[in-house]
Amino acid sequence: MEDRQFILSSSPHIHSGESTPRIMYSVAAALAPAIATGVYLFGLRALWVVILSVAAGLATEAGAQRVMGREVTISDGSALVTGILLALNLPPTVPWWVVIVGSAIAIVIGKQIYGGLGYNPFNPALVARVILLISFPVQMTTWLKPSPLFSRAVDAVTTATPLGAMKTHLMVKGSLEGFTMGELWNPFIGNIGGCIGETSVIALLIGAGFLLYRGYITWHIPVTFIGTVFVLSGLFWAINPDQYITPLFHVVTGGLVLGAFYMATDMVTSPLTDRGMMLFGMGCGAITIVIRLFGGYPEGVSYSILLMNAATPLIDRYFKPKTFGWRTVSSG
Amino acid sequence: MWIAVFCLSGLGLVASLGLGLAARRFAVEVDPKIEALERVLPGVNCGACGYPGCSHFARALVEEGAPVSGCMAGGEDTVLAVAELMGVEAVIGEKRVAVVLCKGGRGESKTKFTYRGVEDCKAAVIVSGGDKACPHGCLGLRTCERVCPFDAVEISKDGIAVIDPEKCTGCGICVKECPKEIIVLVSVEKRVSILCCSREKGSEVRKKCAVGCIACETCVRVCPFDAISMEGNLAIIDYGRCRVCGLCIAQCPTRAIEGRDWPFPRVEIMDDRCTGCGICTMVCPVDAIEGEKKEVHKVSEDRCVGCLLCIDRCPKEAIRLRAPAHSASELAA
Amino acid sequence: MKVRCSFQGGIHPSEEKISEGTPVEDLGVPERVVVPLSQHIGAPCEATVSPGDKVKKGDRVGQATGFVSVNVHASISGVVKSIGLFPHPLGRPLPAVEIESDGEDAWADHLKSHEDYMDLSPEALKEIIRDMGLVGMGGAAFPTHVKLSPPKEKSIDTFIINGAECEPYLTADHRLMLEEAESIVAGARIAMRSLGVHRGIIAIESNKPDAIEKMTALTEDMPELEVTALRVRYPQGAEKQLIKTLLNREVPFSGGLPMDVGVIVHNVGTLSAIYKAVRFGIPLIERVTTVTGSGVREPKNLRARIGTPIKVLIEACGGFSADVGKVIIGGPMMGVGQYSLEIPVVKGTSGILVQPLSEVEEGIAHTCIRCGSCIRACPSRLMPTILAVFAQREMFDEAERYDVIDCIECGCCSYVCPARIPMVQLLRYAKAEVLARRKKAA
Repeated sequence: MEDRQFILSSSPHIHSGESTPRIMYSVAAALAPAIATGVYLFGLRALWVVILSVAAGLATEAGAQRVMGREVTISDGSALVTGILLALNLPPTVPWWVVIVGSAIAIVIGKQIYGGLGYNPFNPALVARVILLISFPVQMTTWLKPSPLFSRAVDAVTTATPLGAMKTHLMVKGSLEGFTMGELWNPFIGNIGGCIGETSVIALLIGAGFLLYRGYITWHIPVTFIGTVFVLSGLFWAINPDQYITPLFHVVTGGLVLGAFYMATDMVTSPLTDRGMMLFGMGCGAITIVIRLFGGYPEGVSYSILLMNAATPLIDRYFKPKTFGWRTVSSG
Repeated sequence: MWIAVFCLSGLGLVASLGLGLAARRFAVEVDPKIEALERVLPGVNCGACGYPGCSHFARALVEEGAPVSGCMAGGEDTVLAVAELMGVEAVIGEKRVAVVLCKGGRGESKTKFTYRGVEDCKAAVIVSGGDKACPHGCLGLRTCERVCPFDAVEISKDGIAVIDPEKCTGCGICVKECPKEIIVLVSVEKRVSILCCSREKGSEVRKKCAVGCIACETCVRVCPFDAISMEGNLAIIDYGRCRVCGLCIAQCPTRAIEGRDWPFPRVEIMDDRCTGCGICTMVCPVDAIEGEKKEVHKVSEDRCVGCLLCIDRCPKEAIRLRAPAHSASELAA
Repeated sequence: MKVRCSFQGGIHPSEEKISEGTPVEDLGVPERVVVPLSQHIGAPCEATVSPGDKVKKGDRVGQATGFVSVNVHASISGVVKSIGLFPHPLGRPLPAVEIESDGEDAWADHLKSHEDYMDLSPEALKEIIRDMGLVGMGGAAFPTHVKLSPPKEKSIDTFIINGAECEPYLTADHRLMLEEAESIVAGARIAMRSLGVHRGIIAIESNKPDAIEKMTALTEDMPELEVTALRVRYPQGAEKQLIKTLLNREVPFSGGLPMDVGVIVHNVGTLSAIYKAVRFGIPLIERVTTVTGSGVREPKNLRARIGTPIKVLIEACGGFSADVGKVIIGGPMMGVGQYSLEIPVVKGTSGILVQPLSEVEEGIAHTCIRCGSCIRACPSRLMPTILAVFAQREMFDEAERYDVIDCIECGCCSYVCPARIPMVQLLRYAKAEVLARRKKAA
């Protein structure tokens, strides 16, 4: 008994077993249905985009951390998740060099220059996507008509996204008259043009359900985000159905479901408290609608999330929970 | 296109005019003396002067009559520059440096337990006072290293904080921050220190650390200048009496006493100048000088401890340092 | 029976009540005891004996100094061997009285019994409680007579008997409720009489159905006592959370106490000891401690004399079963790690938990990913991750503004943190600094 030395640390001495890598790999797993659906709809080129994005992200992070003299932490899964999310936000026709540049931008400009994981104020994948969109507008807006994997036509056919088609129709015709949005069933399963991961609502919801069950995301942001989009677009549609399309269309098309469940809920860049998260979600929804209805772009989710990311520190400051016992009068 | 060029240029012009006007209209009056003082102060904002930052000290010098020699961190040059700007005599105090009074590293001193937790001394003392067996031991978790504005503190490979006297400016921040309170400020010339703070009984100290003070009182007996005394099982040096001779360093059985650049240089008598007056023989505390009256005296290399009392008293300046390692100007009293 | 829980936050760790079926075993008389002169919150005692003195079980060996202080007594009969600094569960050597047993285990002469104890005045009861060295035995060790003497302005309407025992592994209170239910109830009635309170709630977590049944049956005919089952959630047994669940009252933050909302809370072990002290004149000289964890061969609930070195208890449980990582006094959430097995059982030693090396957490921290789990788990509704950052950056003014003082150090935040940040240690550090600065400013 003499030479044995015990270990001493501050309490507590047990732990829930949760860890950062576990969370990250779970998110990656939750995105598997969306990846699979994307590959099924747009072909193996989509898988190639995902793999390239992840590989470039991991390599860039390892390189950047070594250059900056920091510990290399690529095994914590965060670069993996950023790589996947970026890929899912890119059109399937995107050239390989755009993928690599984007992934590197996401890791370096989106994350490492701020100090690495936990310090970035903006969602890294969205930072990259927006930079790519501004720098390479053509490559970033060339969409493919989905052609299910095992019944491939020889040539891939380009098409427009539903939101893009609607906006063009409005600009050209001046009203929505004559615009067919097709069966709403299509965007639900993903049979529309769009980014690799954003088209299939159901695949995204399956993954989101898993994350909700595990408690890695809560309902606050997705519900308020999508809810605000629905309510605001519904308001305009009720006033003038000729100019503004039904809210159901807004909810299932574009990157809303992907953004609301996977991008806006990114832990590092969203508020800490439940009430703050709800305000965050409402802000995202409002900005999305403004851009979609009145802005130059057909899609506004990426920008709205980035703008609200900037507001997160302010939200955190004003949404402090009230400490236990703040009321001096008992309410028994 | 030209419209765009003109519009943007016009906007730029308007903006810059606006900024210029604002810079003038809303400018804050600053006493130019304060600005000049700010420029000569080190700008490290260490707080040693007692003010929250160099700018505040500069303002305090002008507005509150803060002492001119208040900035210890800048050293002699800063005090002189400040004094010149303020138009007063410079009073240069002695330079002090910080010393960590512990040398019991991982190899030499024992631990009570294995610590797991925040790598910071102040947080670690919350866990049963830190993992060192000796309650006064340096924990080596880098608190002092982190707070030092001059990069003067390093944690040795053995896990003990060591302060570089060249870089240390005596600002005193580490002294305040050390949770064990084992860092002290000592005049830079007094290069001998007893690196232990333990007041436990010698037998207890031996169990916990191989290089701690065991209160054997050898140093007390050996010191030719009566500069060491015991205070509750710990030897303490009275720097008013210490002549930096280094005898205690050699005699300490646990090597708890250390001296910077020890062993210190010995002296030798220059044959051509010595008149054999014998004054050196009388003042030498260790009887290291021999010689017949009116004949050239000789210093015994073995016994000389380099206290330099003989150099002080020789009327013919016939004694000099033996080893060329340090220049006489550095060590001359 | 309705199962209640209404405080926000908290966690549900694995309960590990491996010793709940083991009846209390009396450890008997040890060869020697070391009775610390400070086993309670408040001023330490002054020794009233000297080396060489003969003492009997129950004799006073330390005198209380001041109002917030209690006496300490000899827990065995024998000879006082020495008075000096001895290892203590607080982590540094503290003054204690060392007594060597004479093998007789003889009672002191002057123990005062009171058959009609319910006829005693509240003041007389508090006097006895104070003399007999009673402190809170749930772990905090606050002098009981002080708790039972709230200032006149604070009117108390409810007395809570805390049988929650929400820490994993600990089962001493559970066994007490099964085996000493009568004493607990009697002690509760004594306490309520000394306070002048007529409503008492016995709170028990629902993972102890047998205890709930026993206490309910016992108090069936007592209108002033009722039993409430609580949902299993840590830290349900913490005073403030308990009061919130039972009465929906929140103890005011920044220094508030239960009496500020008209409540006094006592642990079941304390109440049993109160009964024994008042009825039989027996001072606090022993307690039931759970020795548990996968690091001991046979986890048990032991009745041990105060001052018994914990190595005696561990040996009585078959010794260590594997390479020991940690020895913890208390439970796994708030217990204090120990480096010496020579430390004695003191009045607040609710449990001894031995964690084998394989179960000890690695303790390597990573960056905070702002997941917010700690904020959701905090029962005091603080923002632990932000407070931890303030602590690391020494921004103590901000920490004070974010109410770091109200942290109850329950450990929920560190438990859930995926980045393994040692938040409790950082919060403790910040609390100590803020309190020190407040004191300096005063």
